[in-house]
Amino acid sequence: MDKILVGLKRVVDYNVRVRVRHDGSGVDTDGVKMSINPFDEIALEEALRIKESGNATEVIVISVGSSAALQQLRTGLAMGADRAILVEVDEELDPLSCARVFKAIIDREKVDLVLLGKQAIDNDNSQTGQMLAAIWDRPQATFASEIVFDGDKARVTREVDIGLETIEIDLPAVITADLRLNEPRYVKLPDIMKAKKKTLEEIPLADLGIELGPAIKATAFEAPAERQRGIMVDDVAGLIAALKDKGLL
Amino acid sequence: MSKILIIAEHDGSVINPSTAKTIACAAEINGGEIVVAVFASSAASIAAEASKIDSVARVLTIERPENEHALAAVLAPQVAALAAGYSHVFGPSTTFGKDLLPRVAALLGVNQISDIMNVTSSHTFQRSIYAGNAVITVEAPADYVVVATVRTASYREAGSGNSAPIEAADATVEVPDYTRFVELKSGKTDRPDLQTAAKVVSGGRALASAENFDILYKLAEKLGAGVGASRAAVDAGYVPNEMQVGQTGKIIAPDLYMAIGISGAIQHLTGIKDAGTIVAINKDGEAPIFEVADIGLVGDLFKIVPELTDALP
Repeated sequence: MDKILVGLKRVVDYNVRVRVRHDGSGVDTDGVKMSINPFDEIALEEALRIKESGNATEVIVISVGSSAALQQLRTGLAMGADRAILVEVDEELDPLSCARVFKAIIDREKVDLVLLGKQAIDNDNSQTGQMLAAIWDRPQATFASEIVFDGDKARVTREVDIGLETIEIDLPAVITADLRLNEPRYVKLPDIMKAKKKTLEEIPLADLGIELGPAIKATAFEAPAERQRGIMVDDVAGLIAALKDKGLL
Repeated sequence: MSKILIIAEHDGSVINPSTAKTIACAAEINGGEIVVAVFASSAASIAAEASKIDSVARVLTIERPENEHALAAVLAPQVAALAAGYSHVFGPSTTFGKDLLPRVAALLGVNQISDIMNVTSSHTFQRSIYAGNAVITVEAPADYVVVATVRTASYREAGSGNSAPIEAADATVEVPDYTRFVELKSGKTDRPDLQTAAKVVSGGRALASAENFDILYKLAEKLGAGVGASRAAVDAGYVPNEMQVGQTGKIIAPDLYMAIGISGAIQHLTGIKDAGTIVAINKDGEAPIFEVADIGLVGDLFKIVPELTDALP
């Protein structure tokens, strides 16, 4: 296989607890720490391992968003990606439009494998990979926990609700990474220096000539209903009594 | 009037309870006609179960050998073809629905709504984002088909006093053969299924090893409970991923949820926010899990859990 394309989404860091703005106009993300979506980081790690094992020659990272996402692409380059592409657009694109952007890049680059995270931890949609596979008319292997290559085929083990499902797919294909696919490497300082020499191409969205939408509109944001703090018991006897009280034992 | 196509989830012979929950959600759309589609190699027994579910107007069977296993690449073109004339296509937000419905939506040229937790109107729904830190109201464009997955923890199964007619539907759409099923290794145990169990016992990183989960299995057995885990416990390799409860695992709504040695990160709490009663057992009295627990007990889980297990009948 020649090229692997990996999508990196810039999202609010896993450890940040975001809040809905008081006026309900959205979620307050001003000044909070931003990171690569954790599942995308796993996807990139997998791509790097595939290349290191001799099964691919180039790993390209791509992000769709504002120039702020250059930070996440640079991290991707420091992790070991060969080059980066930013498709520049100021507003957040819907998953279908995002899939169309990836498809346009695939057509330009002749990509053999696309690795994405199984979901972004901001919008929690879990859609883009499946949508890309649909419009590309290629196989999808979502929620992957193991990938084994055999020529122009791959055997992918998927984390499904009742256990582990293995499917065989022909390449090219889209694979989305689940938690246990691997543990991403840490970036070392010399790698950050080396990454500065790598190519980072910026493409305005308009240059790709993509049809956008139809988007689903967000019309209101609310804070979730809070659960109330209950009672504390002192020991097992108290716990059993409280459970009996609620008719649960 | 809305015409809603529901894609049934099943294992080849038995319908999954997620289907009746998806139907319960669809039934909240005023004046909607609900049609259930069963894609299978042999659909009779599944269709018979589907026809009993309340609110269902008709059951369609699409039988062909390629439908023996639920492969999204194979099913999506068939669903997209069948969707002609429907205003909505719904499936459960299980790994089955999450794999399939976005692919269907893209073939239909629309975006998809993930994880509906509330219906406001035929084209307006609520869902949660940022691991449950915000609830968002979303509106699909009026002139497009609404493709969506339904958060099964937000709905109770629709009743089963119906006997809707069953019809065979056209099954001649061309499907790709570039995706092939190899095997399914089910982590099946005798314990109740995590997603439908009325009681769930869940363990976190504080369990400290895979072996120590045994004390939870013993407690679960006494309670007739399913067993779950936090992402931290899955990450540490104590239990398989299918036991993960939370934002990136399963979203559940048991009557009783016992969080044992779980600190209560927001990513975990979003998976249990619809639980009836939450019990927290943790040695750290300041753990955030106590903020949401209905019953809290501070102490050493390795002492409390065996004591509780012994005390139960």
